[in-house]
Amino acid sequence: MNKFFERRYVVTGIFIAIILALLGRLYYIQIVDDRYTIYANSNVRRTTILYPARGPILDRNGKILVQNEPIYDVMVNPKEVKPFDTLLLCKMIGIDKEGFDKRFTKAQRQSPAKASIFEKQLSVELYAALQEKLFEFPGFSIVPRTIRTYPDSVAAQFLGFIGEVTDRDIKRSNGYYRLGDYIGVTGVEKAYENVLRGQRGVQIQMVDSHGVFKGSFANGALDTVPRSGERLTSSLDIDLQRLGEKLMQNKLGSIVAIEPSSGEILCYVSSPTYDPNLMVGRERGNNLAKMYNNPYKPFFIRPIQAQYPPGSSFKPLSALIALQEGIINPNETFYCTGNYRVGNRIVHCNHGEAHGTVNMAKAVAESCNGYFTMVFQRIVDRYGVKNTAANFTAWRNNVMKFGLGARLDLDMPAESRGNVPTPLHYDNTYRKGAWRSSTIAALAIGQGELLATPLQLANLECTIANRGFFYKPHLVKAIGTQNVIKKEYIEKNYVGIDSGYFEPVINGMEAVVESGTARRSKIPDVIMCGKTGTAQNPHGEDHSVFVAFAPRDNPKIAIAVVVENSGEGAHWAAPIASFIVEKYLKGKITPRESGFTVDYFANANRLPDLSLYAQDLQKERRRDSIRAAKVDSIKKFKADSIKKFKADSIKKERREAAYNNKPANWIKSLTGGRSKS
Amino acid sequence: MSTQQRSFFFNVDWLTVFLYLILCTIGWFNIHAAVYDPAHQSIVDVSTNYGKQFIFICISAVVGIVILLLESRFIAALAPAFYVVIVLLLVLVLIIGRNVGGNQAWINLGGGFRLQPSEFAKFATCLLLARYLSGTNIRVTDPKSFLMAAAIIGFPMLLIMLQPDTGSTLVFCSLIFVLYREGLSPYFLIIAGLFITLFVTSLLYNPLYIILILVAITAFIIFLFKRNRQLIKTMLIGLAICIAFIFSVKFIYTHVLKKHQTERINILLGITTDLRGKGYNVNQSKIAIGSGKLWGKGYLHGTQTQYSFVPEQSTDFIFCTVGEEWGFAGSLTVISLFMFLILRVILIAERQRSPFTRVYGYGVASVLFFHVVINIGMTIGVVPVIGIPLPFISYGGSSLISFTMLLFTLIKLDSNRKSNV
Repeated sequence: MNKFFERRYVVTGIFIAIILALLGRLYYIQIVDDRYTIYANSNVRRTTILYPARGPILDRNGKILVQNEPIYDVMVNPKEVKPFDTLLLCKMIGIDKEGFDKRFTKAQRQSPAKASIFEKQLSVELYAALQEKLFEFPGFSIVPRTIRTYPDSVAAQFLGFIGEVTDRDIKRSNGYYRLGDYIGVTGVEKAYENVLRGQRGVQIQMVDSHGVFKGSFANGALDTVPRSGERLTSSLDIDLQRLGEKLMQNKLGSIVAIEPSSGEILCYVSSPTYDPNLMVGRERGNNLAKMYNNPYKPFFIRPIQAQYPPGSSFKPLSALIALQEGIINPNETFYCTGNYRVGNRIVHCNHGEAHGTVNMAKAVAESCNGYFTMVFQRIVDRYGVKNTAANFTAWRNNVMKFGLGARLDLDMPAESRGNVPTPLHYDNTYRKGAWRSSTIAALAIGQGELLATPLQLANLECTIANRGFFYKPHLVKAIGTQNVIKKEYIEKNYVGIDSGYFEPVINGMEAVVESGTARRSKIPDVIMCGKTGTAQNPHGEDHSVFVAFAPRDNPKIAIAVVVENSGEGAHWAAPIASFIVEKYLKGKITPRESGFTVDYFANANRLPDLSLYAQDLQKERRRDSIRAAKVDSIKKFKADSIKKFKADSIKKERREAAYNNKPANWIKSLTGGRSKS
Repeated sequence: MSTQQRSFFFNVDWLTVFLYLILCTIGWFNIHAAVYDPAHQSIVDVSTNYGKQFIFICISAVVGIVILLLESRFIAALAPAFYVVIVLLLVLVLIIGRNVGGNQAWINLGGGFRLQPSEFAKFATCLLLARYLSGTNIRVTDPKSFLMAAAIIGFPMLLIMLQPDTGSTLVFCSLIFVLYREGLSPYFLIIAGLFITLFVTSLLYNPLYIILILVAITAFIIFLFKRNRQLIKTMLIGLAICIAFIFSVKFIYTHVLKKHQTERINILLGITTDLRGKGYNVNQSKIAIGSGKLWGKGYLHGTQTQYSFVPEQSTDFIFCTVGEEWGFAGSLTVISLFMFLILRVILIAERQRSPFTRVYGYGVASVLFFHVVINIGMTIGVVPVIGIPLPFISYGGSSLISFTMLLFTLIKLDSNRKSNV
C-alpha cells in the first residue's frame, strides 16, 4: 500500500469542507436573505400608474361647470424610429426641422428604448388627422390624456385650478403624490381634492434588461383599475353666476347669494375675475404670471377674503340684539336731531338733518345713526359703566353667534375671519377700564374695528330671512352620483334671537326698499327686505354695500353685494343685488320704474384710479420680492429632493402599491350624511 | 474476444457514467432556459446554443465510447505525444487564434465552431503528470522530480497565461492536490493557504495590524516552545517572509495584476461597489440566484434568466439558471451530484493498483473540484470572476468534450484495474 494512503482523507476532507462552505453561502443568499427577491422584482417589474379621470363639477341644475376634455400627446420611442417623411410630420404638428431635432434628441436622452413625450396636448382635430397617417411614422404613438375645460368660463374663484404638485404636497401626502402629478391648487379643486381625484390604478408589467415590455406581471392579478373621481354638484346657479359676473365687470367687489332654507350659495362672484380656461393648456404659465401682475388682483377671492366694515348693513343685527336683551321696545320712540352726542363727540346722522321721532322700524328704514348709537350705549352701560367690559363681552358674544368674527367654514380654502373686536383690544388701545360705551360707539353703526366678509354679510341676511337660524353656507351641494350631503350642512345654527323679535326689524328692512334708501332698486311684484350700507375706505371713495333677502315671506334668496369705491350702497350695490334677486325669483328681469337696466350697470366702469393703490402696491412688490427669494430657496431644495427621490424610488413603489389597495377614506367620513337622489 | 468484451463493459464504473449523463442533461436544459426565446421553441434547433449543445453532447458520447474502446496501454504510451500536440496547439493559438473577449484562446474550425486548446491542456497535463509520477524511482519528495513535475504543470500554464486566460491558468494550480497525495510536503498546502489569507486580509485591513498580529502569534509560539531552537528559527524566517509578502501585495496588486483583475477583486472584497459597471455581472448573478428561494421559479419561469439580466448566462454564469429556476433545491442537487462525482473519482483513484491511474484520477478530481468551486463561487460572489466553465453544464463544445475525455479516460483505465498496466 502506498505510504501516503491516509492523505486521501485530507484531500477528501478539504474538498468536502469547501463544498459545504459553498452550500452554506448558497443557503444564505437563496433562503435567509430576502433582499435578492426584492431586487429581482425591481429588475423586472415596472409599475405604471393609471390615472383616473378627475370628477366633473355641475351647477345646481346639472349644467356642466367643469369637464375633462381629451387631448393627445405624441410619444416617440427612438429605438423603433425608422427613416420616414420628417417634413410631413413637422408640417402636421406645426413644428420646424430644428424643433423636430431638438425634441427627438431630448427624447433620446431621456430613454433610447422607451417612449417619451414628443409633443404635448394636441387638439382632437389634429389627433384625428395624425392618427390616419401614424403608420407612416414608425416609433411614434399617441397617448390620450385629459385636461380640465370650462364650457362657460364662469365662477373662476369658486372652481380654482389644478397644477403640478409641489414638494410640500408630496411630503404632506405621505408619498401619495409623485412628481408631475396634478393637484387642486385653489378653489373647489383644492377643497374637494380627495373626492375629485378618484382612485389611481396600477398596472404592473415585466421588462427585460433593456427595458422592453414583456407583458403583464402575474397575469394582471395585482393590477387595479383606476376609479374616476366623484362628480360634484355645486350649489351655484350658472345663469345667476353669469349675470352676476356681467354686472360686476369693470368693478371691484363681490356678490354672494345664498338660499336661506339650505345654506346653498347660489351666486359667488368675485370681481375682477378671469377665464378659468386660461389656467390649463400650453399658455398656462404666461397667463398665471399676467394674472399675478394684475394690480386688481383677480386671484383675491373677494367673497371670502375681502373684509369690509359692514356699515349700516349691521344695524338690523344691532336692533335684534337689543330686542332680545330687552333693552328697547320696538315701539319706543327716539327723537333724532341729526346730531347725537356721544361722550365728547358728535355722531352725525342723515347729513345733519333731523329724522325726528323714530321707532325701531323707522330707524332701520332710515338708517338713523343716533338711534342705534343710543341703543348700543344702553346695552353696554346696562349694568353700570364699571361693568363696561363684561357688558361688551356679552354683546360681542351675541354678535358672533351670527357668524361674524370667525370663519364660517365654507367648503373653500383661504377664508378670512372678519373681525369683532375683543375687550382686550380696547384694553390695549386705551387702558384697562379706561374705555366706555362712548369710546366704542362706532360699532353700533357697523364701523370702528368691525370687519366682515361678503359671505358673512350674506349669511347674516339668511339668519334674518329664517327668523333666527342659518345653515352653514356651502358651495358644494352634493357629492357623487349618490348625492351625498355633508351632515353639518343640514343642521340649523340658532343665533339666540326669538323669532318674534324679527318682525319689527324686517318691517324696517322692507321699508328700506319700499320707500327708504334703496327704493330705486325695488323689484316689481316682489317684496324685498334690504339694508344699504357704506363701508368706509381710507384709500378713496367708500365701498357701496347692500344686503337683502326676498321675498319677505318664505324667503328664497339672501344676498350681499359689495362694490368697492362706489360710494353709497343705494347707488351701486342695491340695484345690482336687485337684478340678481329678480333673476333668481322670476327667471327674467322686468323693466323698472326707476329706469335701471342691467346693461347700464354692466357697462359702468367703477375701477378705482390705480394711483390710489400705488402705495399699497409698492408694499406688495416688496413682499413679493421676499417671496421670490423664498421661491428660489425652495427650488434649490426641490433639486436636492429629486436626488433623494431617485434613491428612495424602490421604497416608494412598494408604499405606493399599499396605498392603492386602500379604499377611499372620504366615503367613510360622509356616512353620517344623508343620501338624496 | 467476446468474453473480454463482456468483462470490459462489466468493469465500467456505471455510477460515474450515470452521474455524467445526469449532469450533461441538466446542463442542456439549463442552457435551453438561459437562451430560451418563445420564437424558437424546439430544443434541438442548431442555430441556438442549446441546439449546438445537443450536438456537442452527441459528439461527447461518441468520444466517450471511442475512449472506452481504446487499449489502456495505449493511453499511457500516448501521453507524451498528446501533451506535445496540445502544447503546439497552445503555441498555434497565440499566432492564429481568434480573439474573443480579450482572450486569444480559440482556433476557428469553420461552420460556427471553434476549438479552445486550453480546455484540452488540462487533460494532456494530467496524463503526462500521471505518466511521469508513476515512473520508477520518481518521488515528489525528491527536489529534482518535484521540479520536473512542476515543469510539466507550469509549461502549459505559461502558454495559457500569454493568451491571457487567467481562469484556465489557475485551474492548473489545483494539481497541487495531486502532488500532495503523492507525497508533497503538507507545508506547501499550508503556505499556499497562508499566502491567500494574507493577500486578502492585507487588501482589506491595514497591513500594519496584520503584521502586529503575526508578530504576536510568533512570539506566543516561541514562548511556548522556548527549547526548540529549530522551530524558533523556522518561525522567524516564516515571519520575515510573511512580512515581505504583505508589503509586496500592494506592488503585485498595482503592477502585476491587470486592471480588470484588480477591479474584480475589489468588487468581491467590497472595497468598491459598481453595480452598473464592473460589478453588474456578479450583482445580477446574485440577484438571479438569491431570488430563487427554496424551490425556484420553475423551468423557463425565471424572470432574471428569461429577460436576460445576467450576461454570459449560458456559459460561465449557467449556475444562475439553476439557482433561479430550481431554487436552493436545484443548487443542492447539482452541487451534491458534483460532490458525489468527485468523491467517486477519488474512490476510483484509490482503488487502483497502478500508480498511473491513481495519479491521473487525482488529477481529474482536482480539476473538477477547482472548476466547480470557482465557477459556482464566482456566481454567488465569493471568489473573483475568472471565466471558467461549470463542467458538463456550461455551454461550450471544447469544455464538454475535454471534460468527457478527462472523465472517460479514467473510467477506461479503471475498467482495466484488475489487469496490470
